[in-house]
Amino acid sequence: MDAAKEPAKDASSGSSQAGSPQAAESHKPAAPNMPQFTREEDLHAYHEMLLIRRFEEKAGQLYGMGLIGGFCHLYIGQEAVVIGMQMASVDGDQVITGYRDHGHMLACGMDPKGVMAELTGRRGGYSRGKGGSMHMFSREKQFFGGHGIVGAQVSLGTGLAFADHYRENGKVSLTYMGDGAANQGQVYESFNMAALWKLPVVYVIENNRYAMGTSVARASAQTDFSKRGLSFGIPGEQVDGMDVRTVREAAGRAIEHARTGQGPYILEMQTYRYRGHSMSDPAKYRTKDEVSKMRDEHDPIEMVRKRLLELHGVPEADLKATDAKVRETVNASAEFATNDPEPDPSELWTDILLDAHA
Amino acid sequence: MATDILMPALSPTMEEGKLAKWLKKEGDPIKSGDVLAEIETDKATMEVEAIDEGVLAKILIAEGTEGVAVNTPIAIIAGEGEDPASVQSGGAPKPNGAGGHPAPTPDMQAEGMADTAAPASKTSDDAPRAPAAPAVITNKADEPVMEEFPAGTPMVTTTVREALRDAMAEEMRRDGDVFVMGEEVAEYQGAYKITQNLLQEFGAKRVVDTPITEHGFAGIGVGAALAGLKPIIEFMTFNFAMQAIDHIINSAAKTLYMSGGQLGCPIVFRGPNGAAARVGAQHSHDYAAWYSNVPGLKVIAPYTASDAKGLLKAAIRDPNPVIFLENEILYGQSFPVPQLDDFVLPIGKARIHRPGTDVTIVSFAIGMTYALKAAQILAEQGIEAEVIDLRTIRPMDSETVVRSVKKTGRCITVEEGFPQSGIGAEIVARLMVDAFDYLDAPVLRITGKDVPMPYAANLEKLALPNVAEVVEAAKSVCYK
Repeated sequence: MDAAKEPAKDASSGSSQAGSPQAAESHKPAAPNMPQFTREEDLHAYHEMLLIRRFEEKAGQLYGMGLIGGFCHLYIGQEAVVIGMQMASVDGDQVITGYRDHGHMLACGMDPKGVMAELTGRRGGYSRGKGGSMHMFSREKQFFGGHGIVGAQVSLGTGLAFADHYRENGKVSLTYMGDGAANQGQVYESFNMAALWKLPVVYVIENNRYAMGTSVARASAQTDFSKRGLSFGIPGEQVDGMDVRTVREAAGRAIEHARTGQGPYILEMQTYRYRGHSMSDPAKYRTKDEVSKMRDEHDPIEMVRKRLLELHGVPEADLKATDAKVRETVNASAEFATNDPEPDPSELWTDILLDAHA
Repeated sequence: MATDILMPALSPTMEEGKLAKWLKKEGDPIKSGDVLAEIETDKATMEVEAIDEGVLAKILIAEGTEGVAVNTPIAIIAGEGEDPASVQSGGAPKPNGAGGHPAPTPDMQAEGMADTAAPASKTSDDAPRAPAAPAVITNKADEPVMEEFPAGTPMVTTTVREALRDAMAEEMRRDGDVFVMGEEVAEYQGAYKITQNLLQEFGAKRVVDTPITEHGFAGIGVGAALAGLKPIIEFMTFNFAMQAIDHIINSAAKTLYMSGGQLGCPIVFRGPNGAAARVGAQHSHDYAAWYSNVPGLKVIAPYTASDAKGLLKAAIRDPNPVIFLENEILYGQSFPVPQLDDFVLPIGKARIHRPGTDVTIVSFAIGMTYALKAAQILAEQGIEAEVIDLRTIRPMDSETVVRSVKKTGRCITVEEGFPQSGIGAEIVARLMVDAFDYLDAPVLRITGKDVPMPYAANLEKLALPNVAEVVEAAKSVCYK
């Protein structure tokens, strides 16, 4: 680990977020004008988020069994962000993100089997076993990765928007980054050009409070990420990223803004990851209480489940059936990813260059 | 005392220019800051300002004169109390030391010191028309020949600068997905005028001025390429691409592999590479070896205008990321270029620039200027060198090199880059495996010296390769 990422000695810069605007204001109880979901929308969100949750739990399990190697960054706790965003986007809008990317792939409709098989490095994986957890793509689903260099996807996502703008195709690039990436220099180079050229891009900053082990307060002079585009004239808002309804509502505004030629938009999604940065992170930079408080009081899936039972009157048996269906899908993906053969050794030498004369 | 006004150098590599217009006439009083004249080069129009006070006594070079060498006296200013009618020019001064790429003055050329700044007319390439015999490069009768263009094709003398511009313009006409992006490429017409008139023809949508943010716009270019467009990213120099190298390598070169073949990245990164003249260590680095190290990239470094054009067109059409290394000093040099509607050269093919039998000299880009001059000198001493221009660094055409070495039994390499892990080192390693039994002497490398590029003219000249070193190395491997 980088020396720069070790906890600071200064006692005043502890790892908790006490005193930050987020700790004080986020995850407030629903306001009276809280956007509401229909029964079908809640059912959809429940299924989609549960699929990510169970998939990630299974990935963690396979990692523990040694079936998944290298790095593995789980999305557990942040599910409402990508699902709310996808509920406001249309087919053809591009998605690009960093290395905590499994949830985004599933949300884009990529096959869990192909994703899991890539995690295990098998030939049926999306990258035929050559990418791994951080590097999966699907041109068909307009998912552009899956990038392992913190912040790089922000310039790339701005480039996707450049292509949309160039082709005048009405599509929007949904470019995700974490609170850590939001401090990278190229993010601001991209903000500048996106605003200058009015590119159709929505920057989604998934603020899960910790860049690896460094809390936002210890890394960021301006902890309100929605303001990070102010000097470029990019509008931004802070969103309760634990509630899929507020996410979708804000996403609708942001995407509409971008799609109608008004340029980029920033959404700071205030969210939380329950697991460590990666599988090898003991997460000693925060208390167990902090994590369990979030799980107990603000879990994005539990909130929907509660609404389905209490507000929409969905029988518990129906939800159990959904749970079972999701588990079945995830188990099938794990089964496939465990039994699928490794890539043929000849794959070592393919996909390095495209044939110029093809 | 009378003061000479000299033809100014407007850039580190300017050798001559046109005296476009006099804004003062003889007899006019002059004060410091007055604009005296306008100078045009192939890159820019600039004003000549007076820094002395007095009277414009004599205009020595009439307006409209082309090809006025840098440091030529163009006018005389008479000081206070002097008779403007009787002042005399002091003549052209000696340059301040002999730099690696000095503006050549006649005496320096005679001494063979202005190695790399020599005009192209000194090269064997300078034929007005392709020979009547088929325009092929033959090695031996039984060896494969490379047909680059049909026999009898009319040739047009073109600068490397124009050739690059023409290549981009032709490809932009051919394919609406091709666009060019970079600093000063549009309204300024290119920092080195490579993109001259592209804005006028293709508009601001396809000729995109960026802010000075290499990391950001390289990433935007790669993103656009992943989405299927075909960007040409111009770096004002490859030195600045260090800011963007993460996107070149991690985003552009690796994504095809990491996506299991799903996402190609059809992009060209181009711009001047290596040393210009007197621009110091941060603006003089040759990156050929760096990019050559990376699977997933193609790396091209042309010498002639013809190769620059044919290979840039190929690079733009190539579905892979291509690094296209140009050279500022070569921009202004002229070569014959075949006059064809669509002249495209294959990437990955070296060319035997000068056939020979005694020793193989392998080089590329501006290194070819040293190699060719050395070959000329060696020929006068009875050694016939075969000079190979690699043209493409990756994939490297070892076959042509090995075939030549099997014939000559001796090889030296010439490059301006650093010695360790350089292109020469790579060639040596390949020859050890593929031509070991044919070698009659160890392969020697002539490279830039293993030091950051110094600024001082004499030190810079020492840091760069020179013709004498190449001649010496060639003789040494011939045991002469």
